[in-house]
Amino acid sequence: MDYGRSDPMVGATGLPTAIKILVAGGFGVGKTTLVASVSEILPLRTEESLTSASLGVDDTSGVEQKKSTTVVMDFGRITISRDLVVYLFGTPGQDRFSFVWDELALGAVGAVVLADTRRLAECFPSVDYFERRGTPFLVAVNCFEGARQYQTAEVRLALDLDPQVPVLLCDARQRTSGKDVLIALMEHLMTRKYPARHNAGVPAAAG
Amino acid sequence: MAPDEQDPDDMWLDKEAGPVVRPYAMTHGRTRPSTGQFDLISLVVAIRPVSAVGAGLGLGPEHRGIIGLCQQALSVAEIAAHLDLPVGIVRVLLGDLLDRGLILLREPVPASELPNEHVFQAVINGLRSL
Repeated sequence: MDYGRSDPMVGATGLPTAIKILVAGGFGVGKTTLVASVSEILPLRTEESLTSASLGVDDTSGVEQKKSTTVVMDFGRITISRDLVVYLFGTPGQDRFSFVWDELALGAVGAVVLADTRRLAECFPSVDYFERRGTPFLVAVNCFEGARQYQTAEVRLALDLDPQVPVLLCDARQRTSGKDVLIALMEHLMTRKYPARHNAGVPAAAG
Repeated sequence: MAPDEQDPDDMWLDKEAGPVVRPYAMTHGRTRPSTGQFDLISLVVAIRPVSAVGAGLGLGPEHRGIIGLCQQALSVAEIAAHLDLPVGIVRVLLGDLLDRGLILLREPVPASELPNEHVFQAVINGLRSL
């Protein structure tokens, strides 16, 4: 279907453009909290049943098995203008099933990987996934009370991130902090797509 | 995220029991919409109020529920969440409504085409002014 490609911001239907941002990370790291803090609506929950050929070591002697998994998604919305709406999607407790993410990641402009320094390894699968897929992402370290404050440089080193991937500290409960994370992601997207115009580096990465 | 991933209120049915109404009964067993892609963030708006949608179109209460919800533009994900139906079911129902010319649909522009500096800057400005 063609909706007036000459000006992608205004569809033939007069409906706004919607863009999708993913919020990933380990279990209990604050994904839904981040969605809630920046969303203009109470986070909604929905589910989708996805089917995938089962992969892995436990397949039963070459029998082609299909696995159906129900994916739960929490999401929120930010209306930017009459023409532009941002949707944020998080997948609570679904971090290890990359085929689940494929559906979600389709069409996502970028992703926030939330990290908890007490359990940093839990965000490895997310980082791996977005690196493999080529989805632009940043790492936001959710600063839990009682957790030692790490320098972003330490986190970057521990996660073995590409130098251009921004790392910043945040408090997922705070709306301003959540907004800053999304702004940093947008700046990162602009840096990636238009390196010539934004060659001063990634400000958010300095942290 | 709260540590209780499973809302206890959602667990009122025994797992073995299955849903009260099998969701695909609403779609007469269809698992794919007859038309349309219906991405999670595709936006849908109803063309008329529910009261102006006549009987005899073969629409069920869930179809009417969608029309009622979509008097303002909503994403497919929002419709599914508000109706508490799986997204797959909602896609089939939306296909029926699109077939009958009762909704307008805007599928998202592919990520490779749309997002540009202009869009990202608009998002940044919008976030700053929130």
